[in-house]
Amino acid sequence: MPLLELKNVSRQFKRQHVLRDINLQVHSGETLVLIGESGCGKSVTTKLLAGMLNPTHGDVFWEGTNVSSFSAEDLRRKRLKIGYLFQSAALFDSMTVYENVAFGLHQNTDLKERQIRDIVSSRLVDVGLSIDVSRKKPSELSGGMRKRVGLARALAIAPDIIIYDEPTTGLDPVMSDVINELILTIRDRRPVTSIVVTHDMHTVRKVADRIVMLYPLARLQPDESQVIFEGTSDEAFHAEDARVYSFVHGDASQRLQELNAA
Amino acid sequence: MSIAHEPRTTPIHWLGELIVAPIAAAGDFALFAWATIRWLAIKWPRSSVLWPNLYQIGVLSLPVVMVTGGFIGMVLAIQTYDQLRLMHMESHLGSVINLALVKELGPVLAATMLAGRVGSAIAAELGTMRVTEQIDALEALGADPIQYLVVPRFLGCVLLIPLLTIVADTVGMLCGWLFSTSVLGINSYFYWHHTYAYITLFDVYSGIMKSVFFGAAIALVSCHRGFQAKAGAEGVGTAATQTFVYSFVCILFLDFLAGMLLSQIYIWLHG
Repeated sequence: MPLLELKNVSRQFKRQHVLRDINLQVHSGETLVLIGESGCGKSVTTKLLAGMLNPTHGDVFWEGTNVSSFSAEDLRRKRLKIGYLFQSAALFDSMTVYENVAFGLHQNTDLKERQIRDIVSSRLVDVGLSIDVSRKKPSELSGGMRKRVGLARALAIAPDIIIYDEPTTGLDPVMSDVINELILTIRDRRPVTSIVVTHDMHTVRKVADRIVMLYPLARLQPDESQVIFEGTSDEAFHAEDARVYSFVHGDASQRLQELNAA
Repeated sequence: MSIAHEPRTTPIHWLGELIVAPIAAAGDFALFAWATIRWLAIKWPRSSVLWPNLYQIGVLSLPVVMVTGGFIGMVLAIQTYDQLRLMHMESHLGSVINLALVKELGPVLAATMLAGRVGSAIAAELGTMRVTEQIDALEALGADPIQYLVVPRFLGCVLLIPLLTIVADTVGMLCGWLFSTSVLGINSYFYWHHTYAYITLFDVYSGIMKSVFFGAAIALVSCHRGFQAKAGAEGVGTAATQTFVYSFVCILFLDFLAGMLLSQIYIWLHG
């Protein structure tokens, strides 16, 4: 049974259709990488998987149970199994690094402050940060540090599934690789299922067990599937579908032809 | 395979959207208000979350409310004095100024200042949190955004606006009295004598009671606008502007409703 599953899921925001009839399964222990052009619905897909958005049509399943059948309190508790690293890290501006990382523990556990402090320190060390940063505000951190604090915050609640939304976007190549290594280290340390949304082919090659590529709905025929590729990274880099091949190789010629034709 | 509905753009669809959109928005606001009240009954915010909001909403609003109240008291004195003098009733100046302050101007102006200073700031803060995914992060970490963000601000507005109204009333009355007696030459004894003769406790309480509803409206409108903010600086700016406009309209509408209701209650109590 898949850990997370989307069945015939569509999602629209007012008049804008983002996802149409998506079927996607995430299996326990795997690292699934979602790729696709900007605006094709990757982040929306992860938010649907995490129960943070409701589908307009279709169903989301967690371990075989339809998410719509959960009460609000059940959903809140079960959602804690999913750690989410947001694209912008989404640290709480008004709080220190310590308060950010401890937030989930303060909200959901009865642990004493001393125990929480130990967990926060440990998670910060896990992501390669020193304890000294814990008193800083997010505005005092660099992009890479913010991402790592965001990851420490996601890890603090000991999730079984971690969703990384564009974890390396906006970072220099070295820091991007640090984040890639962290994804691997976290996976190796304990059995965790990872879903990674990225445009970074280095990340794809390094961490992916399986790749799913989404295509923007606006450029698909009404009867075409929005999932245009599913396979390993080797298969993606040797794909026959020109859309997949040009995307993973960063080749703009086909897209430029389309734009010129339009 | 199920196919999602494609967008349709015929005039009939536009017309339908024009009718449905405000109804959907009103429904969304009602659900938002209901969720806030439900959380108020279930779980109050922790003091570490509540106190900073009380400080922001109450203490930091005091100067602007005091300044506004003071000037309104003096302006009322200037504007009313000439009219009363024509009728040789200038000694009644205290009753006119103070009645206008406690029944209408104190609550409405304190609420307007709160909507401008606090409401817009709340909408901008929550709007920024929305567009930077901080509200999504709260959900991901097991916190309910309405319980964590809206309830403390709602409590701050509802609990502190009566105090801000009392401050506006008091400062307005004092400044009106000072200006009337020291500049316009009104006798202090008659100033307060006519005030006591014409103002009842019902007038004072009704003004304070009204302010509670104004505070609730400001909190709900500003938090709702913040939650609905669209991406970008323009989206957050629009949310802050809409908050002031919608809050002010709500204040005037609620003032009208409260005026009608309270006059009926007054008639019922005093005949």
